[in-house]
Amino acid sequence: MSKRIEAQNINVFYSKFHAVEDITMTIEPNSVTAFIGPSGCGKTTFIRSLNRMIETIPGGRVEGKILMNGQDINATDVDPVSVRRDVGMVFQRPNPFPTMTIFENVVAGLKLNGERKKSVLKDAAEQALQASNLWKEVKDRLDRPGAGLSGGQQQRLCIARAIAVKPDVVLMDEPCSALDPISTLAVEDLIMELKNEYTVVIVTHNMQQASRVSDTTGFFNLSAIGQPGKLIEMGPTEKIFSNPDESATEDYISGRFG
Amino acid sequence: MSTTTSARSDVPARLPTLSRRRKVKDGMAAGLIGLAFLFALIPLVWVLWTVISRGLPVVLNIDWWTQSQRLVGPLDEGGGALHAIIGTLVQAFFASIIAIPLGILGGILLVEYPENKLIKPLSFMTDVLTGIPSIVSALFIYAAFVTAFGWNRMGFLVSLALVLLMIPVIVRGTEEMLRIVPNELREASYALGVPRWKTVLRIVIPTAMTGIITSIMLGLARIMGETAPLLILVGYTSSINWNPFQGEQAALPLMINVERTNPLPPAQDRTWGAAFTLILIVMLLSLGARLLGRFAGVKK
Repeated sequence: MSKRIEAQNINVFYSKFHAVEDITMTIEPNSVTAFIGPSGCGKTTFIRSLNRMIETIPGGRVEGKILMNGQDINATDVDPVSVRRDVGMVFQRPNPFPTMTIFENVVAGLKLNGERKKSVLKDAAEQALQASNLWKEVKDRLDRPGAGLSGGQQQRLCIARAIAVKPDVVLMDEPCSALDPISTLAVEDLIMELKNEYTVVIVTHNMQQASRVSDTTGFFNLSAIGQPGKLIEMGPTEKIFSNPDESATEDYISGRFG
Repeated sequence: MSTTTSARSDVPARLPTLSRRRKVKDGMAAGLIGLAFLFALIPLVWVLWTVISRGLPVVLNIDWWTQSQRLVGPLDEGGGALHAIIGTLVQAFFASIIAIPLGILGGILLVEYPENKLIKPLSFMTDVLTGIPSIVSALFIYAAFVTAFGWNRMGFLVSLALVLLMIPVIVRGTEEMLRIVPNELREASYALGVPRWKTVLRIVIPTAMTGIITSIMLGLARIMGETAPLLILVGYTSSINWNPFQGEQAALPLMINVERTNPLPPAQDRTWGAAFTLILIVMLLSLGARLLGRFAGVKK
């Protein structure tokens, strides 16, 4: 089930470094939300706060409320592991598990969380691979190593792995930055399909990509190196790319800096 | 006018050849490296040749693998090394079942639980252990168990001394191997809602398995040839003794040492036979571990 995310006054720290300052936003369900902005502006840090990945880094700390359909995932009694089961993530570089076959990779999340029934795993694998448009390419070699696929296929395998556990939200951290244009196209098509079932949040450096796939765009920026990143402006993608309210946004999307 | 033709006219007719100076330098460097390699090869080939040429004929006799030295007199030919092979394997086995789990757990703690307060003392102790000579570790075990607790000397005490020598090798080896597992794999696993302990157990360790097995083998190879603990902690016997908790127990290094002191040809043969056997066992174990690692580790 796709969920609405409301972030309220989010601040993220790495030890003493203030990485992200005071971000408040609402991310709509069944939509694709893109974050753009120059390097180091906190986009990645912010989406990592949405599935409590920040605290896996020593010194990482998040302040503020993140409500998923009204429930605060940062509340002290919430198990971070269960949050991550509901909020899937796809990373910048494809990272299939090198010890596993294609099949094992797709069902890794289910298997590691205790699902043992062969029939359930098989169905889940086929479903996830269909949904990530990879099924036709790999259905005859599910027992081959996942790391043997091409970069684009590996990334779609990672997407399949993320959605096989049926999350509510899929976070994507520059999912196409390591891919060639053809593979990028395949992944972009997939992103637009994913929003039918999930809340999709994507970080990208590629502004054309943001304008192609997203419904809402948020622009992040930082005032100077070493300063925390901030959300400058957020709105419907067409508006951000044609008629943004802030001049910094306009400068960035028109290529004047960044 | 086309720019390509004008650009082409700037290119000299011939590309410059390698200058004499660089040719000489290159030749000298290559020569020196080759020479260094040959020098390094001399002792290796020499040792292997001596051990193989003198030891191989001895171990080709089936008796070598099926009989002990029981009732074989110093002047006699014949008998085998089974008592020493059994002793070495039994002692290495008991050392391994203690040192391998401890070593791997230590390595895991160092890499996967960096916030743990035990990290610093563990790392420091491992460094200290690495530097301890085998005879000191043997004396420590002697002082602790024989002097203080009044135990008898026995094979198991040798195993305990070997544990001290094996642990740091495995801790450091495991640590290195876990460190080169990309963090992205851990993150991918966390992002699937897999708890940390399960991530370590099911993702990180399998990925590093081949390397961990290699470090175990290094540890085993290191301890199997150790002689000092044997001299201090157990007596030599020419009979087979499977029980490391009672009586004297032979081992290959001890056998080498005992037969060495006897100048007669049959004993000399047995010295080389035992040396060859020791090398062979370590080699076979490494090969076995390689095969094991192929099934366990990263899929290719």
